[in-house]
Amino acid sequence: MKVLVPVKRVIDYNVKVRVRADGSGVDLANVKMSMNPFDEIAVEEAIRLKEAGKAGEVVAVSIGIRQAQETLRTALAMGADRAILVVAAEDVHQDIEPLAVAKILAAVAREEQPGLILCGKQAIDNDMNATAQMTAALLGWAQATFASEIVVDGDQATVTREVDGGLQVVRVGLPAVISVDLRLNEPRYASLPNIMKAKKKPLEEKTPADYGVDVSPRLEVLRTTEPPSRKAGVMAKSVDELVDMLKSAGVV
Amino acid sequence: MHFGLTDEQKLIVETTRSFVENELYPHEAEVERTGHLRREVIEEVKAKAIAAGLYAANIPEEYGGAGLDTLTWLLYEKELGRANYALHWTCVARPSNILCAGTPEQREKYLAPCVRGETWDCLAMTEPGAGSDLRGMKASARQDGTDWVLNGTKHFISHADIAGFVIAFMASGEEETPRGRKKRITAFFVDRDTPGLTIREGYRNVSHRGYTNSIIEFDDVRLPAEQVLGEPHKGFEVANDWLGATRLQVGATCLGRAERAFAHAVEWAATRTQFGQPIGRFQGVGFKLADMAVEMKAAELMILEAGWKFDQGTVTDADMAAAKLKATEMLAMVADEAIQIHGGMGLMDELPLERIWRDARVERIWEGTSEIQRHIISRALLRPFGA
Ligand SMILES: Cc1cc2nc3c(=O)[nH]c(=O)nc-3n(C[C@H](O)[C@H](O)[C@H](O)COP(=O)(O)OP(=O)(O)OC[C@H]3O[C@@H](n4cnc5c(N)ncnc54)[C@H](O)[C@@H]3O)c2cc1C
Ligand SMILES: Cc1cc2nc3c(=O)[nH]c(=O)nc-3n(C[C@H](O)[C@H](O)[C@H](O)COP(=O)(O)OP(=O)(O)OC[C@H]3O[C@@H](n4cnc5c(N)ncnc54)[C@H](O)[C@@H]3O)c2cc1C
Repeated sequence: MKVLVPVKRVIDYNVKVRVRADGSGVDLANVKMSMNPFDEIAVEEAIRLKEAGKAGEVVAVSIGIRQAQETLRTALAMGADRAILVVAAEDVHQDIEPLAVAKILAAVAREEQPGLILCGKQAIDNDMNATAQMTAALLGWAQATFASEIVVDGDQATVTREVDGGLQVVRVGLPAVISVDLRLNEPRYASLPNIMKAKKKPLEEKTPADYGVDVSPRLEVLRTTEPPSRKAGVMAKSVDELVDMLKSAGVV
Repeated sequence: MHFGLTDEQKLIVETTRSFVENELYPHEAEVERTGHLRREVIEEVKAKAIAAGLYAANIPEEYGGAGLDTLTWLLYEKELGRANYALHWTCVARPSNILCAGTPEQREKYLAPCVRGETWDCLAMTEPGAGSDLRGMKASARQDGTDWVLNGTKHFISHADIAGFVIAFMASGEEETPRGRKKRITAFFVDRDTPGLTIREGYRNVSHRGYTNSIIEFDDVRLPAEQVLGEPHKGFEVANDWLGATRLQVGATCLGRAERAFAHAVEWAATRTQFGQPIGRFQGVGFKLADMAVEMKAAELMILEAGWKFDQGTVTDADMAAAKLKATEMLAMVADEAIQIHGGMGLMDELPLERIWRDARVERIWEGTSEIQRHIISRALLRPFGA
């Protein structure tokens, strides 16, 4: 079985995000970019499936600007076998919308015929949480989102999902799209020997046109603003005073 | 000319950095407060470092390491250098390159277990009476049949407390040279349990808590000829051939620690308010940051350029001396100013600054003092004039 893992290059989670002066988005010029942390978990899971003999090949795919190649190299260094880079934008500030990404992924999937698409539940830049679901819909495949445990057995997978209020276990027939949550696993370090080997692994470059997909935006961003800064708190001298304060604020 | 890192180098830096931040930083507080690195911590972190292929990354692939070239090795050293020295030296060890100089049998016996993380090496040159002037060493090796007999005292020997063996440099006679009589030096592998060898606790020092240096006594230590490293009387030649880059290694670790201190300083200057504004807005503080940034950049360029030249085979002794000098003096300045910018808080062990400042001190002394580096640079300038 082949596993396809989409990985997105996003602003590093340690970077202090700054809004561009004209409010058109977040400033991404000269900031550290990394693999979306949820995608790292997906790559790790795919490699574990391979190590357990349940997957034969792990293919990483990224859609974005050419520098997303670095993100694919990370996936290869972690243990993916080969990579596909779909160069869909010139400017780092141009985000490819989930529907366009899903269309490209579906097209890649039709070509590659994976048994499983494993992706992060959302990208930490715009938190859309849509790509997995759209891709499954376009392919007409089963989907299981927010996975905290995945057991692949023959032509089906049993997936434990993190849902509001607890865990839900679903069984899906393969091929399927599974989106992974934070607690699924702890991604490994890209080891030094694997980093060296990654250089020799194939990385194929494509464009959206190769898949007949139009990536022009369908959404318009009106404005991006900083979240309101937190107001200074008030110290309550006693529990009674605190309760009074909460009452007068109408929250209890 | 091209100043960028390759994709591969970027990944190595990233992996090493996240390892340092996730696996070494969490143990720092304990090591700093107790002055001791527990065996359990060593074993736990070492196992992870081996799994990540970070252990012994300087050693060539054919001997089980990651086989980094010098430039990439220095980039990796820079990241390791951010953390407490005892932690990175012990748990992500880089066995001395000189171990590669041995015979195949010696490599099997001494290098291989170091690469596998089963033991550590240590290098004994310095003596109470011979520091900068190593040729002045008194500890001696005399031939007795095919055996050698070693006598004398070495001090300040780092890591001898945990090392499985000592690489000892001993005076093995004298020779006439155009510049007068000179001592001949021979290097030996001395197993820790060799009769006559005593390793005792050294002095407590201000830098690098959790790590110690030892005093080593040789009392009629008898060794067979196969314990000689390199050729007899060619100890300094072996050292020069294999230890040159350790000065760059020291400098590279300083770059990482300076960056760490600097990041604290910038954040503090931007967020600490006095007299109604962030202190960084006062020119007295802002200009400190600018000077620190410039010094850091200069030192980094010098270290990386020397590393690059090392790989090209064109590096000179003066290049390496200048890079080590700049990086170690830069760290002293950056650590001191980072504390100054923090005011009183900079001295408290809540932040890593007080220890970066303490740790910075030894860097200008070991692997050749700043004066010795200046001596090397100035001799290279004047020698062509016969002066
Ligand atoms: C913590 C620590 C760990 C160490 N670990 C090891 C180790 O593992 N193995 C090992 O062999 N050694 C080790 N050393 C020794 C280290 O290499 C020496 O301390 C260093 O070479 C300086 O020698 P010294 O301390 O004897 O000082 P000295 O050589 O006595 O120097 C004293 C002062 O005189 C100056 N000076 C000397 N000669 C000149 C000159 N020609 N021109 C101008 N100024 C000069 C020096 O710069 C210095 O300021 C360690 C030292 C320390 C502090
Ligand atoms: C060990 C120790 C013991 C102490 N004991 C006492 C004590 O017993 N009682 C007591 O009251 N206090 C005590 N102090 C506090 C001490 O007086 C303060 O630490 C000192 O006044 C500096 O204040 P700060 O640490 O808040 O630094 P800050 O005032 O925040 O200064 C931070 C940095 O900003 C710089 N800076 C600030 N304003 C300007 C400006 N206008 N222009 C240019 N640069 C500026 C400073 O020079 C410094 O580099 C102690 C401090 C220490 C470290």
